[in-house]
Amino acid sequence: MNTPSPSDFNTDSSADLSADPGPSGACLHCGLPIPAARRNVNPADTFCCAGCQTVYETLSACGLDNYYRLRDAVNAKPTRGAATQQRYAAFDADAFTTIHVRVLDRTDRTDGTGSATHTTDFRLEGVHCAACVWLVERLPRVVNGVIEARLSLRETTVRVTWNPATVALSKIAESLDRLGYPPHPAQGADRTHLRQKSERAQLLRIGVAGLCAGNSMITALALYAGEGLGSTTVDASMDSGIQFMLRLISAGLGLLSLAWPGSVFFRGALASLRTRTPTLDLPIALALGVGGAAGLAHVILGRGEIYFDSLTVLVFLLLVGRFIQSRQQRFADDAVGLMAALTPAACRVQRADQWIETPIEALTPGDRVQVRPGELFPADGNVDQGHSTMDRALLTGESVAVPVAPGDGVFAGAQNLASPLEITVTAAANDTRIAELVRLVDQGIREKPPLVLFADRVAGWFVVVVTLAAAATFATWFFRTGLEPAIENAVALLIVACPCALGLATPLALAVAIARAGQRNILIKNGAAVEVLAKSGHLLLDKTGTLTHGRAQLAAWHGPDHLKPLVAAAEAHSTHPIARALVNALSKGQAENQNDTNLLTHTQISNIQERGDGGLTATHANQTLHIGSPNYLRRHGVHINDTWQATLTQHLDAGQTVVAIALSKQENQANSELQAIAALGDTLRQDIASAVAQLQTLGWQTQILSGDAQPVVDAVAQQTGISQARGDATPEDKLQAVQKLTAASQKHTRPRPVIMVGDGVNDAAALAAADIGIAVHGGAQAALAAADLYIARPGLQPLVELITLCKASVHAARRSLIISLVYNAIALALAATGHITPLVAAILMPLSSAIVLASALAPGRQRPRPQTPTPQSP
Amino acid sequence: MSILYIMLPAALLLALAGLAAFAWAAKKGQFDDLDTPPIRSILDDDD
Repeated sequence: MNTPSPSDFNTDSSADLSADPGPSGACLHCGLPIPAARRNVNPADTFCCAGCQTVYETLSACGLDNYYRLRDAVNAKPTRGAATQQRYAAFDADAFTTIHVRVLDRTDRTDGTGSATHTTDFRLEGVHCAACVWLVERLPRVVNGVIEARLSLRETTVRVTWNPATVALSKIAESLDRLGYPPHPAQGADRTHLRQKSERAQLLRIGVAGLCAGNSMITALALYAGEGLGSTTVDASMDSGIQFMLRLISAGLGLLSLAWPGSVFFRGALASLRTRTPTLDLPIALALGVGGAAGLAHVILGRGEIYFDSLTVLVFLLLVGRFIQSRQQRFADDAVGLMAALTPAACRVQRADQWIETPIEALTPGDRVQVRPGELFPADGNVDQGHSTMDRALLTGESVAVPVAPGDGVFAGAQNLASPLEITVTAAANDTRIAELVRLVDQGIREKPPLVLFADRVAGWFVVVVTLAAAATFATWFFRTGLEPAIENAVALLIVACPCALGLATPLALAVAIARAGQRNILIKNGAAVEVLAKSGHLLLDKTGTLTHGRAQLAAWHGPDHLKPLVAAAEAHSTHPIARALVNALSKGQAENQNDTNLLTHTQISNIQERGDGGLTATHANQTLHIGSPNYLRRHGVHINDTWQATLTQHLDAGQTVVAIALSKQENQANSELQAIAALGDTLRQDIASAVAQLQTLGWQTQILSGDAQPVVDAVAQQTGISQARGDATPEDKLQAVQKLTAASQKHTRPRPVIMVGDGVNDAAALAAADIGIAVHGGAQAALAAADLYIARPGLQPLVELITLCKASVHAARRSLIISLVYNAIALALAATGHITPLVAAILMPLSSAIVLASALAPGRQRPRPQTPTPQSP
Repeated sequence: MSILYIMLPAALLLALAGLAAFAWAAKKGQFDDLDTPPIRSILDDDD
């Protein structure tokens, strides 16, 4: 497999990949620092995790390591695209195949075996740059039997065509996983299809409108030229036959433009009349309708002005503006397949004394299911066998993992952390707790108050003013000169007063804001959110994962430092989240002090016994090391004096987990003393307090709404300077709190928007119900689906940036609106006094649009701040 | 100048042909993904 690479990419200095151990201990694949725990085992380790190693080795084995050079060449930030080592046996099940796989009839594309090829779409994790396109589309080289793989960067989906006689789908999925792109069955194909269809129709309309506009302008130019010259020189005056033909062509183009692409405005206006909510479509449709009718009448009568050049350009520009905005909102419809995103696609179920992989759709209550550590529970159920811990932070907002034992209930969507469990399913599919939450989200979205854009609010009185002005003009001219000039001038007024600039300004300003936010890693799904964020109102913040890291971390250490490496070494092999946090925190300093020494041999820790009752015991140079909960140590005869007890109580009151450490001579174990305490808790993210202060100065009323215990929430509130804090809130409570605030604020004359910021499934319903729901970094799929925008960077600082950006954008939009209103006022005055000729109108209209365009594109012209890479702490 | 009576409709017909081509391309999904194909054409080096 010869892989000549483009010469550009070869000149890179990092070409020799195999010998380069990565700069300063960074992972060869993803570039993140290599955790000390891994380097302790093998000092020469060049990967941060087994997943990255798998990807790297797969790429090398397939001769695809050009990927790394490409990635450097396109300057893409490496991401955590690590292999999950999952098995995808369920993808071969009939239940899966019937839903997701299409059989292609094009047998000519197979490799001569004559069987039909199959094709399916996968949504891939970790797709982010040009190098990914290169790599994924090399899939036929990696897996024999794959005929073609086409990746769409925009949708992050790949369409795989393969020969089922040669390779199974699970093998293909596995290979994608090994390349660092865990595949998921593409959800919501119908919706994607619908969106594609509507986007294509939109494009076609723009094409037609563009053709009409361009040709009408050419025709109009000929007509104006003929008119202008005709008045001076008799010879050059336009042949009346040709003039009639040109007017006819213009009318034909104009009517085509109004009837096909322009019909969206008429339909919009009708809908706006029916629902009695004014939108900008109303004045636009009015101008188009009146102008079209008047122009047609003039063509038939053979005299007077025709307006089709202005009208067609208007239709074209407005459609382009809307198209740009809708293309920016590409994430708006991605909220699909919530349930599927939250629960695993497959699980191991017991059938006739055998464990087999099945899609979770096949589960029924009473089934016995095996769940390995790290996996998500596929259904609600009770534990039959095994002891483990369960992380249900996404469901409840609890920051601490809960232990589970036989008889305890587990929930679909929660994660099994420590050891394998066997559960009996009590509720599956739509009867689970998570399905109930998803229904709440749907309800929240349905009952959400619609956001009304400023331009649409203006449209209401705009229509009134314009109609009144037209009526007044008509009356004045009627009484002064007669019917004909009265009609002429009223029609001219209605056309020039068409809010073209107004209709263009808002979508453009929003599109610019969305694009600028995108550069800052903030995805805005709903453009109207920009306007709302520029105001100020109530800001409800989730705690776990939003203000805090959402995981246990070392908060305090009391005791001698020489115990740290011992604890880290003793806990190194435990999978318990508390142990992992301890190892991460305590071995960090260690690795810096003593380069790459093997911690286990160095610290002489041996005979590690994990007791499963809250602690572990190990041997260190003839001494016994006890690590565990205070009670565990007491049970092993460790004495805890009053000073230590006070410290303990202090940390426990703050909602932290305390790990106590004692080292005792083996001969007199009975009266050993407590020597160190490590307090672990969910710590605040960086800069939260300052971000909260900034938000408060921007006029936002902050409030914490958390599912965690009240004392913990209070502690966080105190540290961040937030006065209102509510803990113990269920997802339903959160939804209610949001709805209550929204209802209260709707009663005011100037409603203050209610913004919810959260990351978990437990926030999803509230996110959906709030005026604006904001999902933050690391959030659950449900939160992403329910939210109006997503901040893909940790912490609240991006939110401050976003609000500033929105303020600037709305300011620019307002400026454009004022310009366009001034223009409209002048045009109105000119038309009312009879000074508007079609030529003046034809010049004024594009001029105003150009000014609005320039004004809308102006805000935040400064380059986005260089992104400092913010690696997730492992 | 009477040639214009033929030229102008002919020009319009040409424009319509262009529109038909555009409509075909849009319907076929040629404009669905504008991000990936440019990259693909640069990277297709070894086929």
